[in-house]
Amino acid sequence: MLLQQLIHGLILGSVYALIALGYTMVYGILGLINFAHGEIYMIGAYLAIIFLGILTAIGLTAQHLILSLFLAFLGSALFCGAYGFTLERIAYRPLQKAHRLSPLISAIGVSIFLQNYVMITQGSSDKVFPHLLPEGGIQIGGMIHLNPIQVLILTVSLLLMFALHLFVTRTKMGKAMRATSQDARMASLVGINIDVVISTTFVIGSAMAAAAGVMVAIYYGVVNFSIGYVAGIKAFTAAVLGGIGNIPGAMLGGILLGMVESMGSSYISSEYKDLYSFLLLILVLLFKPTGLLGERVHEKV
Amino acid sequence: MLIRPLGVAAIWIGLLVLPFTGMAKAGLISASLLVGGLLWKGVTRLFHRMLPRLRSLITLPRFTQPVRQKQIQIAGLLGLIIIPLLLNNYFIDVLTVTGIYIVLALGLNITVGLAGLLDLGYIAFYAIGAYAYALLNLHFGLSFWAGIPLGGIIAALFGVILGFVTLRLRGDYLAIVTLGFIQIVHMILNNWDSLTQGPNGLLNIARPEIGSFTFQEPIHLYYLILSMACLMLGIIVRLNQSRIGRAWIAIREDELAAEAMGIPVTRYKVLAFTLGATYAGIAGTFFAAKFAFISPESFTFLESVLVLSMVVLGGMGSIPGAILGASVLIILPELLRGMAEYRMLIFGALLVLMMIFRPQGVVARRKRQIALEIVNE
Repeated sequence: MLLQQLIHGLILGSVYALIALGYTMVYGILGLINFAHGEIYMIGAYLAIIFLGILTAIGLTAQHLILSLFLAFLGSALFCGAYGFTLERIAYRPLQKAHRLSPLISAIGVSIFLQNYVMITQGSSDKVFPHLLPEGGIQIGGMIHLNPIQVLILTVSLLLMFALHLFVTRTKMGKAMRATSQDARMASLVGINIDVVISTTFVIGSAMAAAAGVMVAIYYGVVNFSIGYVAGIKAFTAAVLGGIGNIPGAMLGGILLGMVESMGSSYISSEYKDLYSFLLLILVLLFKPTGLLGERVHEKV
Repeated sequence: MLIRPLGVAAIWIGLLVLPFTGMAKAGLISASLLVGGLLWKGVTRLFHRMLPRLRSLITLPRFTQPVRQKQIQIAGLLGLIIIPLLLNNYFIDVLTVTGIYIVLALGLNITVGLAGLLDLGYIAFYAIGAYAYALLNLHFGLSFWAGIPLGGIIAALFGVILGFVTLRLRGDYLAIVTLGFIQIVHMILNNWDSLTQGPNGLLNIARPEIGSFTFQEPIHLYYLILSMACLMLGIIVRLNQSRIGRAWIAIREDELAAEAMGIPVTRYKVLAFTLGATYAGIAGTFFAAKFAFISPESFTFLESVLVLSMVVLGGMGSIPGAILGASVLIILPELLRGMAEYRMLIFGALLVLMMIFRPQGVVARRKRQIALEIVNE
């Protein structure tokens, strides 16, 4: 029972972590809370349903399940990347020099816009995800039961996080991103194109959120235009918990948050499911105001 | 030359919406974006070319003597008293709601605009005020007139507690903790059935009464909120010009410098936070009395965002701006009601456009200036 709950928490947490990465990367580079990020995740989930619908219509899912799932993932991630790119171009780039609160309000505007855009085009009722993956699953040590969807979520999110880690630490672009987040002006002086770095950050973050959206859609089987809001807040909480701007912190924060939520709702009360994560956040911030892995920021006079 | 980037943008957007809207509508959206963009460019270009000629044609009347501010204020107040007598009950209700939001925006303007503390959970204090009055009224028969200060005080107490806990945190952390606070309050209101009746809400909350006279008609309640809003406006205008107001602005502009100048930063931050909460608590009490019914649905994060947008839209830290922002954001959706389902879509887009074209808000806050007049003798 305990182990099963831990697994559930791990799955929930890795989804939160995937979304939290987008928040934390954007925050690290722009110092901006991208409130519309949760909506990108929601759009990712919808896109997966739409694409799988098309693939089912042409009869591909029946024959090549894995291939069509992969295509749905890819399509959703590509489109969400494009959405993130456009979002930054339209709503944030013109505001780079404005007051700190202006991009925040703009982000909130985008969030309201995207929610209503999906509601108008796709309807306000729940969308049911096609039942694709087989039942059954694997038993580990007679205690834990994992079904194929859970295995899928765990592997895909771990792979994606690992890939991101490699990207940030091993590639030239990753190095440019780290430099920009340390000091954007200095980075531009040594020849880094800040605009390209920012766009890349948005595209990668959005693609990660899309992957999370697709997997949640498969896991729960239903999607609604309002799911982005709660998931966005939780993921942001996770990012802050781990220390915002810090990539391993977002992963840690997300997984911790998922665990706490899963434990809390099974051992205390599921009515207050959302309460535990916020209480945890407030507690952590009280004792370590920069989050678990965040570095102390010295303010310059 | 102009058509290429616009065309690329239009096709790009069309591709983005394609999976959601289907081929035909995506094409329509692309085409209308292209046409709209070209028209917009054309009109602005024409306008810029015509501007000098227009200027010479129309000479704005110059006031040789500046109109006294006091006269404008009195005229405005008279208008607010007389005009509603000509309106039907529906529009009076809209104005009353505007009044509530003006009080809310004035309060949040203290926290966000003057002291620069990003409070995303502001509506939680509004909820606390509303529920405090509703519960005390239903269980102990507390009157509205006692409820107003009590609602304010209880909200202020929560403000002090939250303020002391969070104000050590830097800006964005404060934002997320206050966001967590509104979630927690909303969740408690929704789930503590024995106290709050959960999602069903509380019914039959007493209206304000004086002797045997009950504020029943919309117009009565309108005048009540009008006088409350004027009073609270007066308080904040006076405070803004005092030592406290200056301290807040100093903190917002540069916290370290303010501290170095000997301003007790934390104390003034808590004060701003608490005072904002008090305004929200009082607005909440009125809200409960006006509608005689409250439920958790009125107190969501989105509501907080709405009030924050009012403050930012009007111009952060500007008191007339807060009033204007509240009026526009309440009355505008009423005017858009005809386009029912596109209402929020347009609202979201307007927020973005507003930030792009006028990020400082409609009424930009003016730097306080005091000029020393040198008199040559």
